[in-house]
Parts: sequence; structure tokens; C-alpha cells
Amino acid sequence: MLENSELYKAYRDMKLIREFEERIRAEYQQGKLPGFIHMYRAQEAIAVAMCMNLTDQDYIASTHRGHGHCIAKGCTVEDMLLELCCKDEGICRGKGGSMHIADMSKGMLGANAIVGAGPPIAAGAALTAKTLKNGCVSVAFIGDGASDQGTVAEALNLAVVLNLPMIFMYENNYYAEFTKNPKPDGRIAERAGAFGMPSVCIDGSDFFAVYDAAKSAVERGRNGGGPTAIEAIVPRYYGHFEGDAQHYRERDEVKSSRAMSDPIKIFLQDPRSEGLSKNEIENMDNEISELIETGLEKAYSATEPSYEQLFTDVYVDYKGH
Amino acid sequence: MSSFSLTFTWIIRDINMAEISIREAINKTLHQEMARDQSVIVIGEDVASKHSGGVYGVTLGLSDKFGSERVIDTPITESAIIGAAGGAALTGLRPVAELMFIDFLGVCLDQLMNQIAKFRYMFGGNVITPVTIRTMIGAGAGTGPQHSQILYPLLVSIPGIKVVAPSNAYDAKGLLTQAIRDDDPVVFCEHKAIYDELAEVPDEEFVIPFGEARKVCEGNDVTIVAFSRMVLFAEQAAKKLSSEGISVEVIDPRTLSPLDDKSIIESVKKTGKLLIVDEANPYCSMASEVSSVVAEKAFYALKAPIRKITSPHTPVPASPTLEAFYVPSVSQIEDLARELSNY
Repeated sequence: MLENSELYKAYRDMKLIREFEERIRAEYQQGKLPGFIHMYRAQEAIAVAMCMNLTDQDYIASTHRGHGHCIAKGCTVEDMLLELCCKDEGICRGKGGSMHIADMSKGMLGANAIVGAGPPIAAGAALTAKTLKNGCVSVAFIGDGASDQGTVAEALNLAVVLNLPMIFMYENNYYAEFTKNPKPDGRIAERAGAFGMPSVCIDGSDFFAVYDAAKSAVERGRNGGGPTAIEAIVPRYYGHFEGDAQHYRERDEVKSSRAMSDPIKIFLQDPRSEGLSKNEIENMDNEISELIETGLEKAYSATEPSYEQLFTDVYVDYKGH
Repeated sequence: MSSFSLTFTWIIRDINMAEISIREAINKTLHQEMARDQSVIVIGEDVASKHSGGVYGVTLGLSDKFGSERVIDTPITESAIIGAAGGAALTGLRPVAELMFIDFLGVCLDQLMNQIAKFRYMFGGNVITPVTIRTMIGAGAGTGPQHSQILYPLLVSIPGIKVVAPSNAYDAKGLLTQAIRDDDPVVFCEHKAIYDELAEVPDEEFVIPFGEARKVCEGNDVTIVAFSRMVLFAEQAAKKLSSEGISVEVIDPRTLSPLDDKSIIESVKKTGKLLIVDEANPYCSMASEVSSVVAEKAFYALKAPIRKITSPHTPVPASPTLEAFYVPSVSQIEDLARELSNY
């Protein structure tokens, strides 16, 4: 049973991700943000339910679709907006952008623009936890597209062989970029299970289902029980990247997947969240809007990185040449 | 992936002996650094093997001393080894990962090129990535096209990585100590054909800073810049030529990235003649890099065209006969240096 304070946090984080994404999407469509952005809408319950089981000392490695993971792990909206605008004060000083937001103080080891590159890195963080015996766990978020990468298989295997405190959190939205993934639900979890770890397939739109699965996986990891894989099914709401017209999807399919995948609505309709007050939720909504507007204003008016910044932080120290 | 029979033999020497091999120097350094710093771990394929200590015995004894929690044998899984080393470095460890042969970069390059090399820059300078990747390079053991390459030019071209290639046991110890203590990712290239080369190495800890070339021998007529095993060949050639009255200066940059341009330019300004010897393939190589640096920065000091000796633009052949043609030879170096001297 979750306390009311936890339920409020769950609601707030999911809503914050949703509003953050909708707002930056609108800005992006007006050409105000550089590069690529990949929307997380409809997957909010996965990031939030997973990260509510983690502390700042636990690690996550994220994906190109990473805004939701960042927010759920505690990165501030203000820092993220500065980074999305690639400003000098950005969390990565404008050198990472949307696909590389990282915050070590929150155990956020980076979004990643290489599909499937995160799990080996997360395995390394889990190895640190195991070596230092600090009771921490490490989570790799993985898309269904990435599940076909060899790096993910290598990380699964290494996690089992070294009995790492690690969770493979798959988000199966059925599309590997523009190509429908022909796997039946549960195949990804089965595959992970075949490496020798417990695995489950759950409804990723259901906050409580993800929370329960994440909780037992994190407990297993903390108690030396090794890695776990969770496959969360959640239809993709928008395109692969913002601006993707999705000609490869039937209109009806997009419509029906949108209708059935609103984790926030599902959360609020669940009897387990009936203790939440409407007023309080409204207040939260207002705070969230304000937070995003203030962050956005600050980001737009912040300074661009200077010429010198091009050359800094390639190395800690580099003498010669 | 690496199923060939061992053709090298080695002896682990008495600990107090002053002259030790490159293999022993690396082994001792790993012991020293692991004892000094609890956050140093060794991870890779067969590194914990009690009887062999890896393919060439470099990690022998580490697992006995430091246990399987810090000397970690992995499956054959290079992407996971290099990636996990990167993740562990981001989160507080100081991993020494072994990429058994540099040829296996092909199956893990993303983790090095797109991840480890870029963490610090793309995360706004908020992290350090203190990873050392030890790897074997080079031909000369009949190990064929996929176990004999040099490949370090690939890495030198990637910002964010440092690349080191020692040519003797003393440098191997000082450079590896620096690599492990360095807060940046370092690829440490060990030439498999020179593991048994002996040199005097102090027992005490010491570091050799990166970006500082070593003057192997002084000379006035010709400068030879050579890398890794080729330093030994250049030294032999220089000795031979000195008996003919030709005075050769040999420079071993030791670190390829960063490269000590200054020492090379200084030497060329003195001799006016430059020969570069590198076992790597010729295009976009250290040889072409040094050549370009000197052409740009010391052009008017040159009294003769810059000359290069590299392996040809071919894979490394397995046939020992062909391999001998492939690897630059001492006599080639002598001939070209003589020609330059007479220019």
C-alpha cells in the first residue's frame, strides 16, 4: 500500500513529465529548440513507478527518449530546459542536448543517442555497487528496438554471470523507429529470462503494476539476488522523433493506442488512488505549469556558450599537441 | 576468437632483480596500483586465470592477491567489458579493462568512441571517466589478420581518449601508473612481440607524464620518430649507422595522444631530416600525422623530403614469410636513414 504522499508524488511526476513534454513539443514545432527530440508521452508510469523505488544513490542509464527518466530520477525541469535550449548554464553546458542529459548527483548516467548502448554502462554502475557493497541498484531503460541490439544481450549475460544488482526495464512501444516490432507481448521478457534471471511482462500504462514489479526487482537487487528484467507494454503515442509523420502507421491504430494509453487517467481511476483530493491535484497542476513556464523563460533568456566552451572538458588534462 | 597456441615463453623473475621485462613491469604495476588504491579493479577475459594470467601472462597472480571481486573474469563479451568499465568509472571505480587484442575494437567500438570518450564533454565537464584499457597490438607472432593489427590511429583521431604505446619496461611501468591514476580514459597499447624485452625498472612507484617524448639516442644527421616496437628497430638501425659515421637521433613519443610535437620539432630543427617509422597501416596514421605536424611547423628546417616507413596498405598476413615482408625492418630503416643522411 502506498501512502498518500507517495501517490501525490507519483501523480506529480507523471503530470510533470506530460506537461514538460507537451510544452517542449509545442516549442519545437515552432523551431525554437535545436536537434532531435523524442517524446515520452504515454510511458510516464514506467519511469515514475521505477524511479520511485530508487534513491539518488541508485543509478539509471536512459535512452534517446529520455526526458521522462530524467524527471523521474530527480533532474530539475529548469536544468533540463536550459540544456534543451543548449545554453551555457544547461545541465551539460549545452554540449549534450536532449539526448545526453545526465546528472551524477541524481545517479542519472545519461540519456543516450545510441540505441542499446545504455545497458553495458548500467552494468558497470551495478558493478560499482557490488564492488563497494553499498546496497545500490542500477537500472537500464531499454526500448523494444534496443532489445534486438547485441549490447543488450551482452549486458544481460554479464549481469547474470556477475550477479549484478541490476534491473533491465524494457519499454515495449511496438515500434523500432519506423518499423513495427513483430514480437508478441512477453517475448522480450522471455528472452531476458533465458539468460537466467527472473522476468515479467506487465502493462506499462498501469502505474501500480509497474510499481509492484519494480519494487520486487529492486529488493532482489539490493539483497544480492541479482538482475531482473521487466517488460512493460505501452503503445507509442507520438512518432519516433518529433516531426515524424508516422506514415507507416494506420490512422486507426494511432487513434486506438492513444485512447487506451493514458497512464495518468488510469492512475486516477484506480481505486488505490481514491484518497487523492481534487483540490490538491489542481494545485499541483498549477504549480507544474508555472514551473515549466518559469523554466522556459529562464532558458530562453540564458546566455549561449562562449567560443572557449567548444574546447573545454574534452579531457581533464591534455598536455602536448 | 583467440584460439592460437602460445609461442612465447616467459619467466617471472626475482622481485629484487633490477632488469625486468615489459610483461613483468606491467604485472608489477597492476599489483602496485591495486594495492595502493581499492577502487582499482581489473576486468576482462581470462584476466583472473590462475595458471596463465591471460594469453601472455600479464595479469598472473592478481586474482590470488586481490580476489575475484577485484580481478574479474568475464565471458567473451567486449562491448559489455568496455561498457561496464565506462559505467564503473563514472560511478567511482578506476577500472583497468583488458581488450585482449586491439583487433576486437571492432566489436566494442561504440562503448569507447561514443560513450567513454564523450562522457566528460557531453555531460558538461561534470564527470570523470578514469578507465584504462590495456590491449595488445602488433604483428610478429604469426597471429594473422584479426589478431595482429596496430589500429591505434583509429583511436588517436577520437577526441576524449588518450593513447599510449610503451616501447620498454621502464616506460611501461611509468606510463601504466599514470594511465591508472589519470582521470581521463587511456588506451594502453602493448606490443605482443616485445613483452620479453628487458630494461632496468625501479621497484618504487613512479609516473611518466603523458605528452613527453623520450630521446632514445642523440644525433645530428637524421631524426627518426618511431612508435612502439619500431623504437627498438630504430635504435638498432641507429647503432649500425653510427658505426658508419652517421649520427641518428631517435625519438619515442611514448604517448600518441597527446603527442609531444615540441620534442619532434626541436629534433628536426637540429637535423633537418626526418624519418618516421610506424608499424600501423600508412593512411591517416601516426606517420602521416607526424609528417603533417613537421611540414606545418618546421618546413623551413627541412633539408630533405620527409620519409616514412610503415606497413603496407594491406591486412596482416598469417604467413610468417609474408608477415616478415609486412612489418618494417631494421634494414629498411638503415637504408632510408642512410639515404636521408646523404641527401
